[in-house]
Amino acid sequence: METIAKTAAVAAPDQQTVYEQMVSRGVSRREFLKFCGWISACMGLGTEGMAQVANALENKRRIPVVWMHFQECTCCSESFLRSSHPIVADILLDKISLDYTETLLAASGHQAEACLQDTITKYKGEYLLCVEGSVPTGADGAYCCIGGRSAEAILTEVAEGAKAVIAWGNCACSGCVQAAKPNPTGATPIHRLIAGKPVVNVQGCPPIAEVMAGVLVHLLTFDRIPQLDALGRPKAFYSRRVHDTCYRRPNYDAGLFVESFDDDNARKGFCLYKMGCRGPTTYNSCGTIRWNGGVSFPIQSGHGCIGCSESNFWDNGPFYTRLTSFPGFGIETTADRIGMVAGVATVAGVAAHAVLTNIRKHDEIGEQPGESAAAAPPPPAVKPEDKGGTQP
Amino acid sequence: MRTNTLPAPPHAFQRIYVWELPIRFYHWLNALCILTLIVTGFIIANPPAINNGSEAAFSYWFGTTRFIHFAAAYIFVFNLLVRIYWGFVGNQYANWKNFLPLRRAQYREIFTVLRVDILETSNKVIVAIGHNALAYLTYTVLFLVSLFQVASGFALYAKMSHWWLPQLFTWMLPLFGGDASLRNWHHFATWFFIVFTIIHVYLVFYHDYVEGHGVISSMAGGWKFLPTRHREAVQGKSWFTVGKASPPHPGRPGPPP
Repeated sequence: METIAKTAAVAAPDQQTVYEQMVSRGVSRREFLKFCGWISACMGLGTEGMAQVANALENKRRIPVVWMHFQECTCCSESFLRSSHPIVADILLDKISLDYTETLLAASGHQAEACLQDTITKYKGEYLLCVEGSVPTGADGAYCCIGGRSAEAILTEVAEGAKAVIAWGNCACSGCVQAAKPNPTGATPIHRLIAGKPVVNVQGCPPIAEVMAGVLVHLLTFDRIPQLDALGRPKAFYSRRVHDTCYRRPNYDAGLFVESFDDDNARKGFCLYKMGCRGPTTYNSCGTIRWNGGVSFPIQSGHGCIGCSESNFWDNGPFYTRLTSFPGFGIETTADRIGMVAGVATVAGVAAHAVLTNIRKHDEIGEQPGESAAAAPPPPAVKPEDKGGTQP
Repeated sequence: MRTNTLPAPPHAFQRIYVWELPIRFYHWLNALCILTLIVTGFIIANPPAINNGSEAAFSYWFGTTRFIHFAAAYIFVFNLLVRIYWGFVGNQYANWKNFLPLRRAQYREIFTVLRVDILETSNKVIVAIGHNALAYLTYTVLFLVSLFQVASGFALYAKMSHWWLPQLFTWMLPLFGGDASLRNWHHFATWFFIVFTIIHVYLVFYHDYVEGHGVISSMAGGWKFLPTRHREAVQGKSWFTVGKASPPHPGRPGPPP
């Protein structure tokens, strides 16, 4: 932390390329290329992609980055800093990136704000805006103020001259826990507050460090935002469901499910579907990249996915049941309960109607005039096969 | 040869061909698909514990259940498309215009049906050869809910498919806030079909019992039986005209100019 703060405060290294900065930090050529290969594999690029990455890092100047923290817990920064790869934290975060970030900035108070103003005027139209946290719009923004200004005012100002915007984590992408019902502070995701700028939603609570690094390197290498899905998430990392990349998937297809967290099936590592695992409805790379340098991920540790890279995952609860509460009917009222009540009510209504019919329509249903065998006129012979389609 | 004799009919019935073969076929295939989809759907939502003690590699029953669900869904969709097509080329009882209550006569009949058949405050005779106006409206709702199930189902299925058709519906996901909540809605809408089926089956029994027009058998053979004393009401009744009136026979002279 200290070294990062120092370099950020001292240097004006904006003429250096990333590679030059790496070399000045004692990174060898071999380590640099290893990093390029690793990160381009994470991004889903081929071998020629790796050369492009290396070329970009060697020749392109750093992108100035302003990293704003609003209504959040800083777990996205924590995730990024804890990346297993040293170059991610040391180089991407420390050197190329940050011109302004509240958490890691050495300066404070007016100096810090001056630092922000410098960057957004000097690099107008060039800098990258990274946002961590949602923006509370309730009570005129009083729930989150920095330097006496509301988060919304700051965001509007900073986004004005940004080249592109990266929304880190579920807070910035969809509001996370503070936007859960009833959303007392009016927490609003970034993409709803910014118009006319590309916003990359890097989802997760927090996002995987390698994913965050991959998005940054993509922007640096190709100078354009990565392909995004319908929810603005980079397809390279969010196009597959955790379920489809889960190593426990064969148990799902075979119908082998954990029924309780301490049963024999849990020890055998069966599928956690019935324990409310959100893998089938969650798009993320946890099953492939995993966490903490590929050590594990929640399902591997025996706990279902809670769907942290999906919007409103706190409201789609409870976490440990498959069928979740149905919106508008109060907590823990599932679609099945509503349906069963409706079904029973229908059967009761139909039965009552049947009784009513026999009372009210008694005369209609019974024998009609002339139908009584006794009252019938003497029968003329009619052959049964003589059934005309239309009678006169 | 001996012939059986029957008593003379107290009133004459007219036999009318109402449901053409494609409509009947559609109906029963649709019913079968809905039943399959409901059963497999509930199994998928909450699978029973069939842990046979073997390794995952030797069993695939849950995958098979899902396959049946998806296959039935595809049949359901294409069957629905055939029905829509038949709404344009079929007879007047199958015509799409019946399903949209755009005319005042249809609203009048809806209120009459509510009084006669639902609240039973009136014993007026309703002459409906196809469905009555309220029934047509109910089928419009069923059709819309079916469309929702198709769209949400394809949206949820799109990630498992490379075909372009399911991909056409992925816009449903952001609209409903992601897979989890859309799945919940998909599950919830299933209950509409259950409630619909209860009422539907009850009402065909009701109509057959009260009116005696052979509603139940009409979905097997296509024929309904209307008393000829309602003949005039039947002939005069139409909310709209389908196509042109049949042209005069070429051999016959037309009306004098």
